[in-house]
Amino acid sequence: MVIHALQDMLPSDVAGAYREYNLTYFDGAQRKVLVVDEEVPYPEGRLIVSRTDPQGIITHANQSFVDMSGFTMDELIGAPHYILRHPDMPPVAFKGLWDTLARGETWQGYVKNLRRDGRYYWVKATAIPNVRNGQVVGYTSVRRKPSRQKIAECEKLYPTLF
Amino acid sequence: MTFQFTVSPDFTPDHLSGWYIFNTWLQKAVDLHIHLHIYDDFHQQRDAIQNDKVDLIYANPFDAAMLVREKGFRALARPAGKADEALVCVGESSPVQKVEDLQPGTRLATTDDPDVHLMGMIMLEPANLGKENITMVPCDTYVLVAKELIKGTSDVGIFLQEAYHDLSSIIRRQLRVLVSGQIQLVHHCLMVGPNLHPHRDKLLQALLTMGDDPKGPGVLEALKFPHWEAVDEEEMEFMIDLMDTLNT
Repeated sequence: MVIHALQDMLPSDVAGAYREYNLTYFDGAQRKVLVVDEEVPYPEGRLIVSRTDPQGIITHANQSFVDMSGFTMDELIGAPHYILRHPDMPPVAFKGLWDTLARGETWQGYVKNLRRDGRYYWVKATAIPNVRNGQVVGYTSVRRKPSRQKIAECEKLYPTLF
Repeated sequence: MTFQFTVSPDFTPDHLSGWYIFNTWLQKAVDLHIHLHIYDDFHQQRDAIQNDKVDLIYANPFDAAMLVREKGFRALARPAGKADEALVCVGESSPVQKVEDLQPGTRLATTDDPDVHLMGMIMLEPANLGKENITMVPCDTYVLVAKELIKGTSDVGIFLQEAYHDLSSIIRRQLRVLVSGQIQLVHHCLMVGPNLHPHRDKLLQALLTMGDDPKGPGVLEALKFPHWEAVDEEEMEFMIDLMDTLNT
């Protein structure tokens, strides 16, 4: 698996007006992202499934992940999962995720994800550690369609958590 | 020694005949005595598993974690191109046009088919529905789920897609699909228990070369899938992880 260096987003990646952010991730990596305030509805009946290694590098993705993220399969495999990080998501949410997984427990939450084209989509996400012979060898994450009520609650709550 | 074989009790009778044909073929192919016993429901089947009365099972993915982690089963093979998918339906004349129209208190007709029920429940989540605010209407078969919807005694129903498409066109015309799952990752799996571990390689070889056997293609036709695909332990672990996430 080839580990991809993070690429800054370019104006040519997005359509329409955008906001620009410089994100710094937990490992010190930085990336310029361009955000378009347009939601892409979660498709009916689908699950987005991905797996990462213990460092959070994507090792497996299903077609629904490709379709919803806008990235190609080749772009996703080898990329850090935080390539989907939307700047509207408070970092404390992801700290909770990783702290929970580190305890060997299941994490569930509502996440606003950034697409390759700057637009976004909401998911109800569940992540679990993959334990083999007592060792955590990676993580599996499954995302499903959230209710609009939960999204509305998160849209109110998340800005207060920065 | 006679080994005990069972099939997940979520199939209609016309599917079950294929498994008896398969068992006859398998015994000759691997030169083992294997008895097929099909339990009436998942409860009875799980009791048999707990009492170590099952050596070979075509298992519902919902039971995979228990079979592997508690009873020492190992994955063997899965049917090619045959994922379990759920479908959520209402009666044709229902005012409900989309899942989000469903309200707390909704009456849900569903079977005890555990993976299909789970996937169906996930498809109801966008309406903020869960077991705490739904009235369950348990049904023994998918035909009875359909009757519930047609009579209007249930508001919404969960089907295995294959079972929905097996319904007669007269029944299907009285139903309307709200959501059709496209998960593509959940599937039944043939698994061997500890007593059959010494024969695993022989069984797998027979399954993977079934198409080359003079009678194999006819048996596969009766099972309604084209061939078997090997499932290694990591694939089975992934399935267990996936079911764990869905069950949260």
